[in-house]
Amino acid sequence: MLRYILRRLLLMIPTLFGISIIAFIIIQLPPGDYLTTVIAQLSAAGDLVEEDVIAGLKARYGLDRPMHVQYLKWMGNIMLRGDFGTSFEWDVPVGDLIWSRLGLTVALSLATLLFTWAVAFPVGIYAAVRQYSWGDYFFTGIGFVGLAIPNFLLALVLMYVAFKYFNQSVGGLFSPDFVEAPWTWARVQDMLGHLWVPMVILGTAGTAGLIRIMRANLLDELRKPYVKTARAKGLSELRLLLKYPVRVALNPFVSTIGLTLPILISGSAIVSVVLSLPTSGPLLLRALIAQDMYLAGSFILLLGVITVLGTLLSDLLLAWLDPRIRFDD
Amino acid sequence: MPAERPSPSADDLLLEVRDLHVHFPLDEGTVRAVAGVDFDVYRNRTLCVVGESGCGKSVSAQSILQLVDRPGRIVQGQIRFHQHDADGGVTVTDLASLRSSSRAMRSIRGRHIGMVFQEPNTSLSPIHTVGNQISEVIQLHLGADEDTARRQGIEMLERVGIARPAQNYDAYTFELSGGMRQRVMIAMALVCSPALLIADEPTTALDVTTQAQIMSLLQELQADFGMGVMLITHDLGVVAEMADDVVVMYLGQVAEYGDVDRIFHAPTHPYTKALLRSIPNLDFDQDIRLDSIRGMVPDPFHRPAGCPFGPRCDEVIEGRCEAENPPAFSLAEGGSVRCLHYEEVTLS
Amino acid sequence: MIARVPAPDHQEAINVATQWQLMWWRFRKHRLAMTSLVIVILIYLVALLAEFLAPFTPDEFRADYTYAPPQRLHLFLETENGLRFQPWVYGYKVEIEEEALRRVFVPDEEVIHEIGFFVSGVPVRLFGFLETDRHLVGPKEPEAPMFLFGADKLGRDLLTRMIYGTRISMSIGLVGVALSLILGILLGGISGFLGGQVDNIIQRVIEFIRSVPTIPLWMGLAAALPTDWPPLRIYFGITVILSFIGWTELARVVRGRFLALRTEDFVIAAHLDGVGQMRIILHHMVPSFLSHIIAALTLAIPNMILAETSLSFLGLGLRPPIVSWGVLLQEAQNIRTVATAPWLFATGGAVFIAILALNFVGDGLRDAADPYAR
Repeated sequence: MLRYILRRLLLMIPTLFGISIIAFIIIQLPPGDYLTTVIAQLSAAGDLVEEDVIAGLKARYGLDRPMHVQYLKWMGNIMLRGDFGTSFEWDVPVGDLIWSRLGLTVALSLATLLFTWAVAFPVGIYAAVRQYSWGDYFFTGIGFVGLAIPNFLLALVLMYVAFKYFNQSVGGLFSPDFVEAPWTWARVQDMLGHLWVPMVILGTAGTAGLIRIMRANLLDELRKPYVKTARAKGLSELRLLLKYPVRVALNPFVSTIGLTLPILISGSAIVSVVLSLPTSGPLLLRALIAQDMYLAGSFILLLGVITVLGTLLSDLLLAWLDPRIRFDD
Repeated sequence: MPAERPSPSADDLLLEVRDLHVHFPLDEGTVRAVAGVDFDVYRNRTLCVVGESGCGKSVSAQSILQLVDRPGRIVQGQIRFHQHDADGGVTVTDLASLRSSSRAMRSIRGRHIGMVFQEPNTSLSPIHTVGNQISEVIQLHLGADEDTARRQGIEMLERVGIARPAQNYDAYTFELSGGMRQRVMIAMALVCSPALLIADEPTTALDVTTQAQIMSLLQELQADFGMGVMLITHDLGVVAEMADDVVVMYLGQVAEYGDVDRIFHAPTHPYTKALLRSIPNLDFDQDIRLDSIRGMVPDPFHRPAGCPFGPRCDEVIEGRCEAENPPAFSLAEGGSVRCLHYEEVTLS
Repeated sequence: MIARVPAPDHQEAINVATQWQLMWWRFRKHRLAMTSLVIVILIYLVALLAEFLAPFTPDEFRADYTYAPPQRLHLFLETENGLRFQPWVYGYKVEIEEEALRRVFVPDEEVIHEIGFFVSGVPVRLFGFLETDRHLVGPKEPEAPMFLFGADKLGRDLLTRMIYGTRISMSIGLVGVALSLILGILLGGISGFLGGQVDNIIQRVIEFIRSVPTIPLWMGLAAALPTDWPPLRIYFGITVILSFIGWTELARVVRGRFLALRTEDFVIAAHLDGVGQMRIILHHMVPSFLSHIIAALTLAIPNMILAETSLSFLGLGLRPPIVSWGVLLQEAQNIRTVATAPWLFATGGAVFIAILALNFVGDGLRDAADPYAR
């Protein structure tokens, strides 16, 4: 197990490196560098641009140096000092802007993951055990509908229905009183009250996919001879179902976290824009449109890192669940 | 060949299967996998069921514990299981009348009738330890606590010839060889000392040396536990080695039934004769070609009218075999045969 | 295995059928997939014939009909001679809503506008060269308002815009998939055919791309496209960005088939006969997995369409004056607009139907290509 964890950690390094390169490229993509933007902005505001300020900025980001040095500077600042650069649109360090939003992104994604699981797991079992029943067809149907409606459209429709028929606004993650409030138990409760809307929207497509996966896996496992062996031992149907085929089918199910997580984080970016949630999505969109590149790049970097960490955790969970993986090294 | 054993006495009767029919209603039509099968299994004796693939031998075996896959269903017949208690009393239960998932059925499975399957690789769970899968049976049926179950499980592993049983108790099945896995299966089936062991082609998936080892293990265990064994196989060599009684099946029916010596030395049914002609023999003249049975097993949806073996039989009685499906005729030497050639034998 | 035994003459037809015939026969049995195939073909026909099918042109606006709601289409007109087949709609009249003090359109039951077939309207160029002013349907008097799906904020006909949007959205799926296909076949093929270290590296790259959350990445790349690019270049830029991420699934399929085929007898036989590498790939291997590729391609198109729709919806993808489904939905971005003009959701319906139909066709093709794989 220890060897597996180590190997898995080592494999993570090139992935993280790749993500940082992509984020760096995205920062560099818009024409002109950070400095020209700042100078343009300062001049536009009528301020005099001090020579030593420019020199200071140049030194900080290594802007007069070749690309790879700039990259190393940028990464070095992040890794050694947690300095993600400055958001020129907000004129504050990027770090001040992103952490709470990333935290909420993670919270939303995890909550959605749990929600999809809580629904897909039992429903998948039901659909497999009662294959071709009315319920099976019903959930397969919902699955296809979930697959074909883009997340943002679902969000819009839900908002419209809530607005039109219940005269309620379902956007946001907090009630007006709590938006700026410090974290208290009441604020958490308030958030949970709002969380279900994006959770359901984000979760629908994922749940549909997971139900299909669970159903297919379990159908495969139900046909395996070890199920008959267990039955021949005299175990009750429910007990043998849960102990053997469901337990074996759980493994590929867990391994889907690695695929689901990027999709959830991805999807939350766009759903958050529609529902105006205080997660990373809307700020990232705004940063991209305003070409606030250090902010945007940091978001893309950190969203990638979160995904990689999530995948790592799901792989470790899988190894813990499945002895075949644990022993296979 | 096993040592001479006294002929079976009615006191030792374990299982009577009478007129068993198992059907699979499919979209394409109904497959009559088992179409009227009778046989008995006795304590301390081995019944071998032989036949080509698709003849219904596995389905017959699995229907005893009601383990036939859906949509297969017992539609007719009785499976009377005789439970002998310590002071000589006998309780008879008709297993065919129990519901598959009923408590009564479950209390017999694994406790009074153990079962070993064909593929030890896939018949054991890949993600549970050997010990977990064995102790489960002990805890379920004998109400033992975890420590007792562990002790008994390890003992049983040792009994079936698993090296370092205490260590292998905690191993996963993919760490064991095929032969070892089949030993684990046997340990699992016998750990509650059932009165009957059903082994459904237990050595088909194993190599020849391992096959022999598993077979002699089964013989040893039978001598120790005195259980009745029902062994499904398509290998006549295994039959010669293991059987006391033999059932030859063809297309869901018992073609011939009798003790092993009679079957091998005086086969009566043309199918049995043909089967015996098709096994290689060391004394055989090199130049003589092995016989194979002509034709193919018919399509399950198109059973021939009359005798099911008719279309492939060398001894057809024109005008009768195509029309009549013969009943089982008792033979003077003991046993029975479903062939019109023996009609007079019974009459006389 | 119990299989249905076909009647003898049937059997003969099966024996001599080509791989494609077999696939088509299996596909035909899949009723949902067949229905969906018809829908997909219809959708592409709409894309092809947009100029003729749309009653107006996408930029034609009627400022006095902003956010006019959809009209109800009546098929039969009452005349002195009884009912006659003649589609028509009521005109609009404006009322002031008491409480909100807004202008709302209501049907004007005094005015009936007849709708005709093959009416003359704005001159358009079909397929880029066929000049015509005929439209399949349209109001008989050219000036009469006809908004069957309602109008947008500039008083443009939503139905017309959706028909034109079909062309962009459906074609971006095709073009994007074509680009992914080139990348996928190239890299997947190399990976599967060469194996070893090369395979290992390409697999890691694929794993890497799949582990990155795509929408933020797309957003980042799309935002970098210069705002002053002409529409056509933006269109291709977006397509390239989408296929840059979409190729991995195709590469996976191609590689899997290559690996499976590499050890097949007929490939080994060709090798032993001294057939060249390239010839083996093109003449022996590719034909035997082409059907799988087609199925994978069909399943990739809806993902491209969804991606385009999402990006354009955020304002990072295609931008006006290009009309795509995503661009149309962008107008429905805030709840106020949607509340006043819920008919803007109609485009969402088009997306839904197209994605669903393409998915069913893809599933059907996959099952038909390989009945034993699930």
